[in-house]
Amino acid sequence: MLAILKTALRAIRRNILRSFLTMLGIIVGIAAVIVGVSMGTGAKAEVDKQIASMGNNLLIVFSGNMSRGGVRGGFGMQPSLTERDYEALRREVSGVVGVSPEVRTTVHVAAGNQNSSVGVWGVSADFAEIRSWRFQSGENFTEVDVRTANKVCVIGKTTAATLFGEGADPVGQIIRIKNAPFTVVGWLAAKGANAFGQDQDDVILMPYTSAMKRLSGDTKFRAFSLATESAEVMGDVTNQIATLLRQLHQITPDKEDDFSIRSQQEMSDFANANNRIMTILIGAFAGISLVVGGIGIMNIMLVSVTERTREIGTRLAVGARARDVLRQFLTEAVLLSVVGGALGIAAGYWLAPLLTKFAGFPTLISNASVVLAFSVSAVIGIVFGFFPALKAANLDPIDALRYE
Amino acid sequence: MPAIIQLEDYCRTYRNGSLEVHAVRGVSLAIHAGEFVAVMGASGSGKSTMMNTIGCLDRPTSGRYLLDGVDVGALNRDELADLRNRKLGFVFQGFNLLARTSALENVELPILYCRPAVPVREQVRRALAALELVGLSDRADHYPNQLSGGQQQRVAIARALVNEPRVLLADEPTGNLDSRTSIEVMGVFQALNDRGITVVMVTHELDIASFAKRKVVMRDGLIRTDEPVSHRLHAPEALAKLEAEQKSVHLD
Repeated sequence: MLAILKTALRAIRRNILRSFLTMLGIIVGIAAVIVGVSMGTGAKAEVDKQIASMGNNLLIVFSGNMSRGGVRGGFGMQPSLTERDYEALRREVSGVVGVSPEVRTTVHVAAGNQNSSVGVWGVSADFAEIRSWRFQSGENFTEVDVRTANKVCVIGKTTAATLFGEGADPVGQIIRIKNAPFTVVGWLAAKGANAFGQDQDDVILMPYTSAMKRLSGDTKFRAFSLATESAEVMGDVTNQIATLLRQLHQITPDKEDDFSIRSQQEMSDFANANNRIMTILIGAFAGISLVVGGIGIMNIMLVSVTERTREIGTRLAVGARARDVLRQFLTEAVLLSVVGGALGIAAGYWLAPLLTKFAGFPTLISNASVVLAFSVSAVIGIVFGFFPALKAANLDPIDALRYE
Repeated sequence: MPAIIQLEDYCRTYRNGSLEVHAVRGVSLAIHAGEFVAVMGASGSGKSTMMNTIGCLDRPTSGRYLLDGVDVGALNRDELADLRNRKLGFVFQGFNLLARTSALENVELPILYCRPAVPVREQVRRALAALELVGLSDRADHYPNQLSGGQQQRVAIARALVNEPRVLLADEPTGNLDSRTSIEVMGVFQALNDRGITVVMVTHELDIASFAKRKVVMRDGLIRTDEPVSHRLHAPEALAKLEAEQKSVHLD
């Protein structure tokens, strides 16, 4: 075996430029696999991180039916969720650790001589807990604030920076929203952009009662957020909510829901769908490149068999069996493709960070993709090296010895 | 004593489309241990075909060929390969050394195909011993392109000897060599033959055949004459004579 490897190495070294050009197809293909998969996993890791930042075991109930392609208004455009639904969810659904309704409006906010246009979320006191918001300083508003529609709010990092300057603690300050003074009771820790690229930190959270009565005048909610006790009960909780809401909304069995329930997993899948398409596309190109590379190896191995016909004849004459010759040339083909694969992996490791640096794509090279790429290159060597090796092994020793 | 090589009414026919070519048409020949046989004949006489069969590269169309008592006609490709590996050593006209491969590694080549496998240390020891036999142990790490034609052929002879074969087969071993190195190579063959190694050699040069002990002449696929060599040449004397001749040419 050692001798076979030595001979194969010698044959490859004999014409180093030709060997390298032969490997090039494999190198490009494997590098494309590594980079492509790293872009896919990098993007997925990013999305997963963002989805996770939304909270743990999160369920969101949107008003409107989204499974019908948004024809019926989509994303809460036709609010159907009421205060009564909220009370019922709190009372009757088990396995839930927190429920919050959600109204949104964009308002003009001023503090001192600074002002800004900010999205206000009207939510319950559970919301910060449900969506995993941490407090940089201060604290959340309370149940009492919600019941009394108190003029209090907590503000996100970006909003605070706009109104009070970078790093200044806004807790205790007064901000004017639609000319009404609101006291800032909490300063939210930063979360960054969400899965769809929006800044989650440019936000004001306040009791939904305050937002509805004092700002928007809405009487219905666009959504509910719920956190379940564990991931296992999510399905059960989803069913409970659906049954309850259908009852409350008096939807007969032949009608569709006028709400949609999405779990975190579904939102993550949705956001990852594009990534998957990208990964598949890059994978397809890499696959084509690998096939072309494999054909290159087959081509050069056929040339090599012809060039070395006399050598093969000599080997057969001194006692090599057909399978010895087969193994010899197969080893050579596999060595070519595996070395090409290794170089391709190295190129991938070199290219992926460059892609992140200059094009801003998140990349993450997984061990699985390296193992996969390496195995694929070995398999290519075996598949495309087999025919030339078989041709070598089936040479007639007399003809091979006499070959000029 | 049974013969090492025994051909019994051996025929070999090639089929070229609808045409049948009778290369060898009924040869019986027995070669015993310790013989040094030169096979002669014009091209097309069937001598190369017979050598291919004796070398187990080919099988008889009819008749029998027994190598060391084994009927070669009944063996498959792998068994023929093993037989070549264990019992035969080949020396070719064109040397057939592997390029960019040291003399030692060239000599090791047949050992790589031994079954069971030979340990690496033993491989090197045997290859060095074979190089010693042909007087080239100081050139073990030389590549073929660093060796003269005569040296290359001696490396090839060492390769043929390394598995201690029953018979050394040489196909026009001096065809690519000048007269001086031809005599040197014949000297190696004679020395090996004196040590008991059986040699069968194809040649078309009468003076080269005179270094053998027995001369077989073929024509049209049949043996025409089979006789002992009458005025046998001995390599050291022939070499001395050649040197004397060359010297006289210089003096003139």
